[in-house]
Amino acid sequence: MSTDSMFAHKMWNDHELSKMVGGGVPFPMLSDPGGRIGTLYGVYDGDAGVDTRGRFIIDPDGVVQGFEVLTPPVGRNVAETLRQVQAFQLVRESKGTQATPSGWRPGKPTLKPGPDLVGKVWEVWKTDMAFD
Amino acid sequence: MPKEFKPGCERPATKPEKTDATAQPETVRGETRHATEAPMVKIGKKAPEFTAPAFHQGRFATFDLAEFSGKWVLLCFYPGDFTFV
Repeated sequence: MSTDSMFAHKMWNDHELSKMVGGGVPFPMLSDPGGRIGTLYGVYDGDAGVDTRGRFIIDPDGVVQGFEVLTPPVGRNVAETLRQVQAFQLVRESKGTQATPSGWRPGKPTLKPGPDLVGKVWEVWKTDMAFD
Repeated sequence: MPKEFKPGCERPATKPEKTDATAQPETVRGETRHATEAPMVKIGKKAPEFTAPAFHQGRFATFDLAEFSGKWVLLCFYPGDFTFV
């Protein structure tokens, strides 16, 4: 979503993005005229008149589970975003009985929060497991 | 469901409705704050509803956030077309 018109979105898709992604952008390219939606989400920069790089993960109940906002010159890490979605999905499927420590990836062990885990995280999650 | 439309000179209505762009910006702790700037949404709270026009797979349509209920949604804002994401 950006403050550009849907016509500009079409031009960007047809003339550039479709050359980078086969078939073009698969998801809706949303237009935010005047930054009203960006304002609602707190990412609209009124000085520049544009939406900043805000990224929101919204769960199936419509609840915001996480967000990240960057200034324009630095791009986001798509792989990290997908990792977070996978972690939130696992936590949701476990109905909150499992948690994913820092650096968790699919396939790595999860934590089972509860009285027995207090002071024992070091036994099941080693520091180097937080790094690839 | 997305509502497809044939775009002419008219633009589809969007939600939320227009804010008062004529309001004078105020200065908060030495920084300019426009009437259109608002605090961040909160994690663990409902994402604000919106309706927005879009280009999607060769068509123009309006989308409501509500129609993605039951699915995981990644909502990404960016400063402008023809920049990176």
